[in-house]
Amino acid sequence: MAKTMIDKIWDSHVIDGEEGTPQLLYVDLHLLHEVTSPQAFEGLRENHRPVRRPDRTFATMDHNVPTVDIFNIKDMISKKQIDTLGKNCKEFGVRLAGMGHKDQGIIHAIGPQLGLTQPGMIIVCGDSHTATHGSFGSIAFGIGTSEVEHVLATQTIWQLKPKTMGIRVHGKLPNGVFAKDVIMSLIAREGVSFGTGYGVEFYGDTIRDMSMEERMTLCNMAIEGGAKMGCVQSDQKTFDYVRGRKYAPKNMDKAIEHWKQFNTDDESAFDKIIDLDATQLAPFVSWGTNPGMAIRIDDTTPEIRDANDKKAYDYVGLKPGTSLKDVDIKWAFFGSCTNGRLSDLKIAANILKGHHIADGLTAWVVPASRTIKETAEKMGIDKIFKDAGCEWREPGCSACLGMNPDHVPAGVHCASTSNRNFEGRQGVGSRTHLASPAMVAAAAIHGHFIDIREEAI
Amino acid sequence: MEKINIFTSTSVPLMNNNIDTDQLIPKQFLKNILKTGFGKNLLYDWRYLKPNVPNPDFVLNKPERAGAQILVTGDNFGCGSSREHAVWALKDYGFRVIIAGSYSDIFYMNSTKNGVLAIKLPQAQRDFLAQLPADQPITINLPEQKVIAAGHEFDFDIDERIKHKLVNGLDDIAITMKEMDKIEAYEAKMPNFN
Repeated sequence: MAKTMIDKIWDSHVIDGEEGTPQLLYVDLHLLHEVTSPQAFEGLRENHRPVRRPDRTFATMDHNVPTVDIFNIKDMISKKQIDTLGKNCKEFGVRLAGMGHKDQGIIHAIGPQLGLTQPGMIIVCGDSHTATHGSFGSIAFGIGTSEVEHVLATQTIWQLKPKTMGIRVHGKLPNGVFAKDVIMSLIAREGVSFGTGYGVEFYGDTIRDMSMEERMTLCNMAIEGGAKMGCVQSDQKTFDYVRGRKYAPKNMDKAIEHWKQFNTDDESAFDKIIDLDATQLAPFVSWGTNPGMAIRIDDTTPEIRDANDKKAYDYVGLKPGTSLKDVDIKWAFFGSCTNGRLSDLKIAANILKGHHIADGLTAWVVPASRTIKETAEKMGIDKIFKDAGCEWREPGCSACLGMNPDHVPAGVHCASTSNRNFEGRQGVGSRTHLASPAMVAAAAIHGHFIDIREEAI
Repeated sequence: MEKINIFTSTSVPLMNNNIDTDQLIPKQFLKNILKTGFGKNLLYDWRYLKPNVPNPDFVLNKPERAGAQILVTGDNFGCGSSREHAVWALKDYGFRVIIAGSYSDIFYMNSTKNGVLAIKLPQAQRDFLAQLPADQPITINLPEQKVIAAGHEFDFDIDERIKHKLVNGLDDIAITMKEMDKIEAYEAKMPNFN
């Protein structure tokens, strides 16, 4: 019987349990950050348990870190979480890219960057956007804190195997349309829970043509469609990306030979297939309070279908039949594990170059990692942003979720390259409009969204 | 972990769909290194008009719903962030049972690890439970997999292992530690690329 990549990786990691019931899986890589790990370490301490495989565990601080003046954390509780992770890593022998370390950054940016993320792996982290790492031909998913403790203690996890869904994306993306628009259009069309109970594999010529960064964006937001994981089969691009990185395998030939065995046999292996014609896509922007509440930039906001829609309209202060080109944007956020990578900053800078952001608009640029920040500075990308009137900040999760001091003020409409537009996500009362880095850059210049297919490109 | 077997309590209906974990426990309350103390901030933005001022119209603040330990709710409950704090907040508030149409995978697994029973029932059955008077108790019989209220009985599905854990209050790590020889055997066979 034909098998998918997810089936093959899953089956090769089963230690105990039958299919159809929760199975005990080996975890190749466990990523940690300061918010969802303190209670897990505390549990180990209480039970006198060590971290079973510190060599398969890697930690950084990202959610709480300030993006200016990083060594002077004013929020004492944030400081406590950050200090606690440092203390826990030292006590339990876990590798840590700590505050100010050259490898520090959002955990989902530094895993790939350091070559920790590799094909064929099972990767977990106490964070839903762990789905990002699936873009390397691995199984990667978010877990809760009890599961973090379980993985720390045993290097394994109990999981029920999801069904598999193939998402075939074909055709050349039109100018001005990006990976972010592919995933946002899918969630808008299929709903925020279409992937519940499924592991999703993206395939087709559009995906094959995407860079590793674009695949990361795609898989990152699979969780916003309810999927347990999003993944893309590994190929030469994947191998070339991993090769030579700090923690990449030394014997790449042997590794590649191993990784190739996990490819999906054929489409008949999927439990369900969805088809998306990339040539018909447009830039997407979210209008409401979940990522499925999104429309093409050339559409107007939909009718109210239920109480959830009504609540969303009340929260964002918009009405049905509105063009998102007519909404006053006063804030722009470039960053997050979705779109804070070097390629994203390059795209945005290309649009901002020679322009200035709109009067009264605040724009923050938060690179996803210190390496990205420093590389961008070497390339002069920081200067383009600064000349355009943007603030160039230190790496971290920042105003994607606003756990650190970076908040979008109440009532303000923010064009954001992040992944969630939930109520209060970017700050109490904040109104988030998710879009691609190019669309956010154009919105920052004009003070409202524009159709970049017609104007900016 | 606290056991859950045959459980009777009154309920709170909150029938919105897609209640995400950011709503269940907003991020400003995640800055705690313990598992307790989150209940007072459960559903904070809906529950309070401003700090320390409860919204009298919100169902959790209705005096007749005080002490109810069963939450009856919509589809796709607990979507979004993986934060287990959402389950800790529900539990700390007092909820032991949630009855929804569906759950996000991460939330569902988190609930099983904290002794919170997450039941899936179809819309019509939840609508029936949601309109029960505030003083009408609901009984959950986990071994028999039944929800019983006002003379009606609804069956629900649950994985046998999860049921076994909840009924006996078992800790996952202790269970897994018994498989250590299998874990070591697996590690011995793993490929090495260095």
